[in-house]
Amino acid sequence: MEYDIVIGMEIHAELATKTKIFCSCPTTFGADENTHTCPVCLGMPGVLPVLNKKVVEYATKAGLALNCKIANFSKMDRKNYFYPDLPKAFQTSQFDLPICVGGVLDIEVGGETRPIGITRIHIEEDAGKLIHEGADGTLVDVNRCGVPLIEIVTEPDMRSAEEARAFAEKVRNILEYTGVSDCKMEEGSIRFDVNLSVKEKGSDVLGTRTEMKNLNSFRALERAVHYESKRQIIELKKGHRIIQETRKWDDVKGVSSSMRSKEEAHDYRYFPEPDLVPIVISDEEIARAKAELPELPEAKKARYVSEYGIPEYDASVITTSKVSAAYFEEAVAAYHEPKLIANWLMVDIPAHLKERELTMETIPFGPSALAKLVELIKSGAISGKIAKSVMEKMFEGEGDPEAIVKAHGWAQMSDSGELEAIIKQVIEDNPKSVSDIATGNKKAYGFLTGQVMRATKGQANPQMANQIIRKLVEAQIGKTE
Amino acid sequence: MDYTKLTLHETKQALKNGEVTSEALTQAYIDRIGAVEPKLDAYLATTFDSALEHAKAVDKAGNAGDGLAGIPYALKDNMCTKGMTTTCASKILSNFVSPYDSTVYAGLKDAGAVLLGKVNMDEFAMGSSTENSAFKTTKNPWDTTKVPGGSSGGSAVSVAADMAAFSLGSDTGGSIRQPAALCGVVGMKPTYGLVSRYGLVAFASSLDQIGPFTKDVEDCAIVLNAIAGYDHRDSTSLNVPKVDYTQDLTEGVKGKKIGVSKSFAGEGVQPEVQKAMDEAVAAYKDAGAEIVEVDFNYLDQALAAYYIIACAEASSNLARYDGVRYGVRAKEYSGLIDMYRKSRSQGFGAEVKRRIMLGTYALSSGYYDAYYKKAMQMRTLIVEDFNRIFKSCDVMLTPTTATTAFGIGEKTADPLEMYMSDLFTVPVNISGMPAISLPGGLDHEGMPIGLQLIGPALSEDRMLKAAYVLENAVSFRASAKPALD
Repeated sequence: MEYDIVIGMEIHAELATKTKIFCSCPTTFGADENTHTCPVCLGMPGVLPVLNKKVVEYATKAGLALNCKIANFSKMDRKNYFYPDLPKAFQTSQFDLPICVGGVLDIEVGGETRPIGITRIHIEEDAGKLIHEGADGTLVDVNRCGVPLIEIVTEPDMRSAEEARAFAEKVRNILEYTGVSDCKMEEGSIRFDVNLSVKEKGSDVLGTRTEMKNLNSFRALERAVHYESKRQIIELKKGHRIIQETRKWDDVKGVSSSMRSKEEAHDYRYFPEPDLVPIVISDEEIARAKAELPELPEAKKARYVSEYGIPEYDASVITTSKVSAAYFEEAVAAYHEPKLIANWLMVDIPAHLKERELTMETIPFGPSALAKLVELIKSGAISGKIAKSVMEKMFEGEGDPEAIVKAHGWAQMSDSGELEAIIKQVIEDNPKSVSDIATGNKKAYGFLTGQVMRATKGQANPQMANQIIRKLVEAQIGKTE
Repeated sequence: MDYTKLTLHETKQALKNGEVTSEALTQAYIDRIGAVEPKLDAYLATTFDSALEHAKAVDKAGNAGDGLAGIPYALKDNMCTKGMTTTCASKILSNFVSPYDSTVYAGLKDAGAVLLGKVNMDEFAMGSSTENSAFKTTKNPWDTTKVPGGSSGGSAVSVAADMAAFSLGSDTGGSIRQPAALCGVVGMKPTYGLVSRYGLVAFASSLDQIGPFTKDVEDCAIVLNAIAGYDHRDSTSLNVPKVDYTQDLTEGVKGKKIGVSKSFAGEGVQPEVQKAMDEAVAAYKDAGAEIVEVDFNYLDQALAAYYIIACAEASSNLARYDGVRYGVRAKEYSGLIDMYRKSRSQGFGAEVKRRIMLGTYALSSGYYDAYYKKAMQMRTLIVEDFNRIFKSCDVMLTPTTATTAFGIGEKTADPLEMYMSDLFTVPVNISGMPAISLPGGLDHEGMPIGLQLIGPALSEDRMLKAAYVLENAVSFRASAKPALD
C-alpha cells in the first residue's frame, strides 16, 4: 500500500512592533525577567487593553504579501484557559472573524510549482514563559506577555517534508521582507506547528491528523515531518488506528511522543472581547498598505535575472535574505559587475560569516567596500588570489580594500621593466626549465610562472608575467641554437 | 452648623464664601463617620489622615469650592487606588494593593476632591443588597434592619447618612440606581463609555459603568461634570465634546414628552410605588410636559439576557484571580491545578461562584448558541426597542424598583428573587443608555421610593433637567431624612 502525506501548517510570527499589542511596554528580546511589564500586561484588576495600531497595519501587510483578502471588519475574541504564563487567564485572539482570509503562496520543489492555500491570518497576543528552576517551584517571566503575534493557518496542501520546509522558508522570507517580523528563529520570533495525516494514495478521505507544536528551525520541521509521516504509515500498516493528539517533537532524540489527546482538549469558550471595539479597515487603508509593501523576493529574483543578467540560481540565493539582497543592490549600484559581486556574496562571504559567527547584519564592511574590491580585481590592480587576502583583512576590520592593498604592498606589479628584471633572474636561476622548454616540454612554462609569482609574492600580473617569460625564454633558446 | 447635612452645591458655596475650610469640613465628615459607621457598616477602609492632609493642601491652594476641590467623598471598593487596598469586598483580593490609579480616582485627586475612604459592596459587584460582601453587611440608614440595596450599597449609604458629600459607585445591572432608590438618594448610570472604566475592576465589561451618588440632582450634575470624559486607556470610551451638565438645569420640561410604559406597572409593583409614579406623572403634566404611552416589549427577556451576558463576561473577567500573582493563595495545595482550585474555592463567595459557573456554562461549546448568542441577539432587539421608544418621547419614567427596601436576610436564600429586584434597571445597561434614579417619596414604613428616568445615549443633560423638575415637585429631601441620630 502506498500513502500520501497531507500537511497543514500554523505559523506564529511575532510582529516587529516597538511596543506590545495592548500596552506601551517594549517588545525587545532578552531583557531581565519581568522588567518589560506594566499593570496592563500583568493582567492587574481593572486594566483595559488598547489595540496597537501598528499591529493592524503589520497584519494587513502580511496578509497582502501572502495574497490574502483583508477583512474590512474583524474583531478580537477571548480564548479562555488557565495557565500561569497567561496573567488574564485568557488570550486575546481572533476567532470567527480574522483580519485576513483566503490567501495562496506558490512554492517550488524539485522544479515543480505548487500552490499552498492560506486559510486565514489572525492577530493575537503571545503568552509569557515558565522557568522551571530548582525543586521549590516554577518561576514566571511575563516579558513576552502581550507581544503581538500573527498566526498564519494553511490549508492541508503540502505533501512532503520538502514542501513543508520550502513553504516555511518562503513565508519567513516574505515576512522578513515586508518588515512585519524580524523572524529570528533563535529567539522564537517565528514558530511552526505542523498538522499531519497520511491517507491511501489517491484516496479522497483524509486520515486522522496529529499536531506537532513549536518547531523552531527548518531542520527540526523537516525531520519532524519525516519522522511523523513514517510513524503514522508504520502504525497503519500494523493495522493500528492513528489517535488525534498533540505530539511533542524531541529534536535531540529525533522522535515525537504523545503530549495530550483530543479527548483532553480544552473548551476555550471563545467570545467577543468586550473591552475592544471591532477592527474596521477601509479600502483606502488597504490600498495604502499595499502601496507601502516593499518588492517581495519573487519579484526581486525576477528583476535580478532580467536587469542584472545573473543566473536564476544566484538570484534566488541572494534574495533568500532581505539584508543580503539590499547589500547586493547597493554594491551593484556602486560598481556594475553583478555577477562578480554575486559570486562573492554566494561563496567567500558566507564562508567568512560562518567562520566568524557573523551574519549579513553584522558584517564589518559595507557594500561599497565589496564593490571596490571587485573593481580592484577587474581593473587589474590586484589578482584574484590577492583579493581573497584583502577580504580576509576586510573581515579583520582593516576597512577600505584600496587602503589594505596599499598598506600591505599588494598592488599588482604592472611595471614591465621591474617585472622583466625579476623574470630575468628567475630564468637565470632555473636553466633546467629553459632546456625542458627547448626540448618541447611546454609545461615548464607553468613552473616558471609559479616561480615568478612566488618571487613577487603574488603581485605580478599573471598575464603580463607570462608574456615576458615567453619572450625572454624564446629569445634565450634562439641564442643557444 | 453641621456641614455634613448640606448638599454638595451648598457645601461648595460655604467653602467659596470662606464659611468653612475644607479641613473643618473633612473633620466634620470624619466625626460623622465615627458616630454612625458602627450602626451602618458602610466603609471598608478609611483614609482620614491623608484626607485631612489633602484638605489642608486645598485650603492652602485657596481653590476650595471650585469644582470638587476640598469636597470629601467615598469610592466603591472596586475602583483602583494606588497604595491602598482595592478588595471588591472579596476574600480573594483582601490583600490586594493596586500599583496604579483608576482614571476616575486620578481625575478626582487632580480636581482636589478629598477621599474619605472606600465603601462596601456586594463581592465583585454581584448582588442587589450588599449582603454578598465578604467583610460586612451594610445597613439601610432609614431602617437598619433593612438592606441598602446593591451592589453599591456602601456608596448609597455613605451619601444617605451624610458620611460623604458624594460617592461613586458602579452600575452593571442597576447597582447604582437600585441602592440609590432604596436609600433615598440620587444615583446615575451614565451612557456606556461616558466615564472611563480604566481601573474599575471588571464584573461585566460591556455593561459596567461608573456613576455618582449624590444628595440631589444638581449635585449629580456637578459630579458628572468631573468624571465624564474621553480616556485613551479605555477603548470603549466615547470621544465626544464635553458638556456642562449644570448649564440650564432649571430649564424645565415644558413641551417635552415623558414616556410611561405599562410594562413597568401592575403585578409585583408595590401600590405605594405606583402611587409615587402617578404623582410624578401629574407633576410633569403640571410642569407642561406631555405624557405619552410607550410599550417596552422585552422586560422579562432583558433580565434573562442580562444574567447570561453578565455571567459570561464575569466568568472570563474573574479567571485572573488564580492565586498566582496577587491576591490570596490557598495555604495548602499540591500542584498547580490544586492551587487554582483551592485558592478560588476559598477566595470567592457563593454568589460569585454561582455566576462564574453560569457564565462558564453559557459559553461552553454546545451551549454557546443557545445561551450567549441568543442573549446577544436579544440585546440587539432591546436596543432597537429603546430606539423606537425614544422616537416618541424624550425620556422615559419608570419606578427604579418595584418595592422599597427589603429586610436583611429576606432574599438571601432565593437568588432568583434577588435577581428580580433588578428587573426595571437591567434593560438600561443592556442598551448602554443612561438612567437616573431619584427619590419619589416614602412608603408607609417611611422607606424611600425610587423613580427612574431613562434617556437615549448621551442625553444626560436632558435627563437631569427632567429629574430636576421631579425633584422639586416631590421636595423629598426637605420632608424626610434618615432618623439615625
